[in-house]
Amino acid sequence: MMKEMTFDRLITNDESKELSLKRRRKQFIRHLPGDILKLIVVILFVFPFYWMISTGFKTYVEAIQTPPTLWPHTFTLSNFQKISEMNIDLIMYSKNSVLITVTTIALQMVIMVPASYAFAKRDFPLKGVLFGVVLLAFMIPSQLTYISIYLMMSKAKLLQTLWPQIFPFGANAFGIFMLRQSFKQIPEELVESAHLDSASELQIMTRIMLPMSKSAMITIAMFSFISIWNNYFWPLVMTTSESVRPLTMAIQKLRDSGDAALQWNVLMAGNVILVVPVLLVYVFASKKILNAFAYNGLK
Amino acid sequence: MSKIPSAAKHYDKKNWKDYAMSYVMILPAMIFFGLFCLYPLGNLFYLSFFRGNVRNPFKSFQGLQNYIDLFTMRPDFVPALYHTAYYTVVVLVLLIVLSVLCAVWLKKGRKIDHFAQSVIFPPHLVASISCAFVWSWMFSSESYGLFNTILNALGIKTVRWLQQTSTAMNCVIVMNVWKNIGYYSLIIMSALRSIPTEIYEAADLDSASPVKQFFKITLPLISPQLFFLLITITTGSFMVFDSIRVMTAGGPGDATQVICTWIYEYAFQNNNSLGLAAAGGIVLLVILVIITLLDFRGIEKKVHYQ
Repeated sequence: MMKEMTFDRLITNDESKELSLKRRRKQFIRHLPGDILKLIVVILFVFPFYWMISTGFKTYVEAIQTPPTLWPHTFTLSNFQKISEMNIDLIMYSKNSVLITVTTIALQMVIMVPASYAFAKRDFPLKGVLFGVVLLAFMIPSQLTYISIYLMMSKAKLLQTLWPQIFPFGANAFGIFMLRQSFKQIPEELVESAHLDSASELQIMTRIMLPMSKSAMITIAMFSFISIWNNYFWPLVMTTSESVRPLTMAIQKLRDSGDAALQWNVLMAGNVILVVPVLLVYVFASKKILNAFAYNGLK
Repeated sequence: MSKIPSAAKHYDKKNWKDYAMSYVMILPAMIFFGLFCLYPLGNLFYLSFFRGNVRNPFKSFQGLQNYIDLFTMRPDFVPALYHTAYYTVVVLVLLIVLSVLCAVWLKKGRKIDHFAQSVIFPPHLVASISCAFVWSWMFSSESYGLFNTILNALGIKTVRWLQQTSTAMNCVIVMNVWKNIGYYSLIIMSALRSIPTEIYEAADLDSASPVKQFFKITLPLISPQLFFLLITITTGSFMVFDSIRVMTAGGPGDATQVICTWIYEYAFQNNNSLGLAAAGGIVLLVILVIITLLDFRGIEKKVHYQ
């Protein structure tokens, strides 16, 4: 809009053209120190990622050269090859990561939707106490439960499977809390008229509740995805064999089994595999993702 | 929450079918919470009275001996608590101050502000171990480490960032502040944008200074979000594990041993000390409960909900 206005004046009056130019130049100069500082901050936040990715494509000799090169002068993909030579089957780890993430989120949704619906729209004895359990579960961190769950899983002989990384996160307390909040905002009349049309509870959930809570669902799924995909602590304590470990553990292994000296270029190449998919999704959907995360803070 | 009126409500027995339906709906969630949250917590408490290991957790009954040992016999538990507290306080202060500053700074919403906002956020989405690995690489103690290269260029001697007691913990703190500031400033920012501009216009008419406006208008109006930050940062910081394990593994010596790495070590790596780890876990739980209650108590009256 500002542009159009100045454009108008440009045609009508030569003097005001000069004036607006002056004003713009003044504004530009006034903003300049702040803008330069902002650019420095931007660089501070982008640089570590850049450094990770560029190191991942450097040769070992170049990676430890002083002074370091700002970009890979000899661009190489050999680091990824080296990872597979170290007997680290990245495909298997990636498959585990994807399987764990997808199954957990699916299980969470199946459990979360009816529970949130009951807490939001239905009335029953002990509702307050039972919702208290949800809030309690929300506040108990996994660092306090893993010892007992480990013993439980080892007794059930499940440690050689993926289940110990899936079941404990099956009920998502944060998700139930958020989804209930969102269901509550849907007008009561909608539910009642659906009941009058003798719709089943399942139909109400899938046809009315879910379509009207899309943004909450997306937010919850995104939070779950981030926390499961990036999880390091849980697979570290819950797995005893390589065949069930996710990508985060593969990177841990890259460091632990580095032969003589720590090969930063190989380690960074491993991290690229873990990080770049997430960053790519962010580049294409940053606005949606930012909105989803801001939405959570307001509730 | 409107829990109080429903508690006093009379429930008609004729509606049992309807109630049963509700219970069926929440049953799966409750089973999972029971199995993976309530039972493990109770079991942890029970474990803390025994000596044993992962294969035989209930070898011998110890009574309260584990708790006594924590504070008298084990020279590394109290320091771990102290390191956790130091980490939490510094991270809390830095994150709150910097994210509020950042949000106020980028509030105007010019193009460069949106760009800066979207660039400082992604570290929050990335695995903390990856962030920790990159920062370890930049903090490398060798002369080819990035920060040391810069120092050397300025004529300063090489610093062994992560290998010396005085700097190790602060390096971990820098990494975690870098990782999380984008998320918290985003939350503060959306709170700032929801403040009606008329309030500031009125303050301008009264010729209140910008500093005064910040303390008298902005801060009170974003207090619910500040409270959210306070709770999530304190409880989150007490659980710090990934970045410590990757960057310093508790070292040098015990300088960055925090409570969660301590529990992990005693649960799985040391011999016959599962009960001690459980007791440490219960101590952590008590601390968390106390902090949460204090936060709610102390701030309840000061938080201004619109």
